[in-house]
Amino acid sequence: MENPYAIEMLNITKVFPGIVANDDITLQLKKGEIHALLGENGAGKSTLMSVLFGLYQPEKGVIKKDGKEVKVNNPNDANELGIGMVHQHFKLVECFSVLDNIILGVEPCKHGFLQKNAARKKVLELSEKYGLQVNPDAIIEDITVGMQQRTEILKMLYRDNEILIFDEPTAVLTPQEIEELMKIMKNLVAEGKSILFISHKLNEIMSVADRCTVLRKGKYVGTVEIKDTTKEELSRMMVGRDVDFVVQKEEKTPGEVIFDVENLSVGSKTSKKDAVKNVSFRVRAGEIVCIAGIDGNGQTELVYGLTGLEPVKSGKIALCGKDITKASIRKRNTSGMSHIPEDRHKHGLVLDYTLEDNIVLQRYFEPEFTGKTGFLKRGNIRAYAERLIEQYDVRSGQGPVTLARSMSGGNQQKAIIAREIDKDPQLLVAVQPTRGLDVGAIEYIHRQLVAQRDAGRGVLLVSLELEEVLSVPDRILVMYEGEIVGELDPKTTTAEELGLYMSGAKREEK
Amino acid sequence: MKKEKRSFLQNNVVQSLLASLICIVLGLFIGFIVLLFINPSGAVDAILTIIKNFMVFPNGNIALKYLGNTLVKTAPLLMCALSVLFSYKVGLFNIGAAGQYVIGAGVAVYAALAWQLPWWLCALLAMAAGAALGAVSGLLKSYFNVNEVISGIMLNWISLYSMNMLLVKVKEDTSPYTKQIAIHGKAALLPSLGLDKLFYNNKYVTIAVPLAVLIAVLVWVVLEKTKFGYELKATGMNKNAAKYSGMAEKRNIIVTLMIGGALAALGATMFYLSGYEQWATSQSSVPGMGFNGIAAAFLGGLNPIGTIFASFFIQHITEGGAYVDKTMYSSQISDLISSLIIYLCGFVLFMKHVMSKHAAKKGGKE
Ligand SMILES: Nc1ncnc2c1ncn2[C@@H]1O[C@H](COP(=O)(O)OP(=O)(O)OP(=O)(O)O)[C@@H](O)[C@H]1O
Ligand SMILES: [Mg+2]
Repeated sequence: MENPYAIEMLNITKVFPGIVANDDITLQLKKGEIHALLGENGAGKSTLMSVLFGLYQPEKGVIKKDGKEVKVNNPNDANELGIGMVHQHFKLVECFSVLDNIILGVEPCKHGFLQKNAARKKVLELSEKYGLQVNPDAIIEDITVGMQQRTEILKMLYRDNEILIFDEPTAVLTPQEIEELMKIMKNLVAEGKSILFISHKLNEIMSVADRCTVLRKGKYVGTVEIKDTTKEELSRMMVGRDVDFVVQKEEKTPGEVIFDVENLSVGSKTSKKDAVKNVSFRVRAGEIVCIAGIDGNGQTELVYGLTGLEPVKSGKIALCGKDITKASIRKRNTSGMSHIPEDRHKHGLVLDYTLEDNIVLQRYFEPEFTGKTGFLKRGNIRAYAERLIEQYDVRSGQGPVTLARSMSGGNQQKAIIAREIDKDPQLLVAVQPTRGLDVGAIEYIHRQLVAQRDAGRGVLLVSLELEEVLSVPDRILVMYEGEIVGELDPKTTTAEELGLYMSGAKREEK
Repeated sequence: MKKEKRSFLQNNVVQSLLASLICIVLGLFIGFIVLLFINPSGAVDAILTIIKNFMVFPNGNIALKYLGNTLVKTAPLLMCALSVLFSYKVGLFNIGAAGQYVIGAGVAVYAALAWQLPWWLCALLAMAAGAALGAVSGLLKSYFNVNEVISGIMLNWISLYSMNMLLVKVKEDTSPYTKQIAIHGKAALLPSLGLDKLFYNNKYVTIAVPLAVLIAVLVWVVLEKTKFGYELKATGMNKNAAKYSGMAEKRNIIVTLMIGGALAALGATMFYLSGYEQWATSQSSVPGMGFNGIAAAFLGGLNPIGTIFASFFIQHITEGGAYVDKTMYSSQISDLISSLIIYLCGFVLFMKHVMSKHAAKKGGKE
């Protein structure tokens, strides 16, 4: 009988300093299936995929292709075996065009000259065949994340890869782009490709995958057929307990105004028009206000303006009654503002610092951590980091001295959240705080946001996730093309109505 | 057993040391090949001479005296290396150290000869001048986004010619060299506090030597133990995160280059106020000290303490080159060989990268 498996990873064990990232894990990918890989943050999903892609050598275990044992010593081997990977954080050359990125490393040459026309033709054919719309001449840094991802996918297809690994492809996409990607993935398997798909979003797994393998803390839990299972069962397998998908929250009357934004305008980096136009809103003590909208409608610039990362053009920002429109970032941070940034690698972390040094990034200058003579109080820093790691369940190989770079994406995010919430801010600006987190961690973060609110703090949440927008906040402000076009009550509104506002089809008269 | 070896190889310090040693051996080896090509019969002797340096003298006292000379030149090199290293930690490539060194030399020598100032005041003035030059690069970088390498290189030449012009005023009547400080600017001679006695009365060995080592330790302490160092390194590793956390990244860049400038200028003071050499106002190339500082910083694994040894080694090789048999090799050979080795030193980071990548594959650390 013919072997039904495209690739098999048998009894894989991979050890990092201080942690067994993969402990005797077996994963079998059938030909022509979409196989989901599910597990908490730090469960070892990315590690397992890196082993398959030849980035890491396992201590134990074998990899078989079409039933035959193979060695994958590096990504080139993987490529030869037809294995391609889209990484959790993309690996594109920012200043190159889409086409150049796709052919990078496998440039078609004749007598030493590039044959770009042939390459372009092949890329256009592939993009047509699988419905992957890209502009081959656009420069990577100018295009949306969605198109960057399509470039990554085309890169795999261009190399005739048969086994495609997607490591959390949807974490950075808008809901529209996600739907698009799901369609593309289905096209790909229809054309005979096999897909390994990592995601924390159970809805996506339920809608697109055929089977799902679950990992927990580096160990194999089981493999299930999607048609025989439910979201609840999957999350139970993954976290080891029942997960509450509904945000628990009591009625509360908001108190005095904590944050007051008046007629704020912020310029744009890419166009002449302002990215944020004349925006006004307030956040009161004890309420969660959510800025909703499709990505790229000025939310990023609004947050930059509010937190001081970019200067504002006009308008006024007041925190607890004090005007902070022109205040420095440090001043804002010390007068009660916390900021969970959108991009954790760009702003949130110094990746080459240890976890403990990252945990004090907003407080290192306080007397608790720096003495009068300017020397750091290492002992206090360690103790503080240990407390936060424990309290917020930040998992890593070596605790406080782990390099931030070596931590799993979700745990990096948890470290930032611990740092920002523990500052006990008056106002917490949380930009997509649950991006890349597992369901258990999301539940935890949402509880933290509600706890802040219940403690009489203000929370400004910026989210692209419809589910989050509809369940966490007390008020929703919808942003469209740099303006706030509507205020909605999450208790009475629907996903459809929200969608109309977000797409600009509907707006409130001023 | 196998596990232990792996984690041993992954140790950062071990990796740095190993990478440096490999580069040194490789450099000596290539130097040897070149010597073989030029004149095979003397190659073994020549390379041994270079490695031995002052130890070629059978008489212990003489050897000691020449060891002193190597140390005299090590101090300024170490200071330039520290200047480069300090800036590098903040993500800046201070190629301007060469010019800052020149400015330091010019100001110190001028203050000594024209104004008869005491050594410490000359040193302070020189440091101020070096810092000012660093500030120019820093301001250009933080407010106009001018790359510090470009502005540094241009300032190197500007410094050289302006210092030549300045020092013409205090040169000897019959030669392009500045007057001897030992005669015309006695107050500016660095005190030796009896150190000269240790090196068989080598009068050029002064407090500069221990001072340079002390400053290296100080740089290490500042970078590793203080809030200031924490901020600077964070700025160097991720300036967006530094900005996000409210650090004044623009100011940090300027301050860093000012400190770098002061360090290099102090290095020049340590050398020229020892009286070892006079400044030639006819010079038309920037002294190599600042550039060699780059090599020393990398060879030292970008660690201030490692840099102490790296600076000594580079100066040791350079001095050793001077003793190569000139009947067999042209007199430029010493420069050629030491440059080769210094050049190879630049590959330390590359070596380290290769090693850690290798270790990562097996062991899995970044
Ligand atoms: N290069 C590395 N060096 C040391 N430890 C590592 C390295 N890469 C991962 N780890 C550790 O291995 C564990 C598994 O990490 P991995 O990135 O595979 O998790 P993950 O399942 O992908 O999580 P996430 O959903 O958060 O992305 C984590 O505890 C992480 O700290
Ligand atoms: Mg991952």
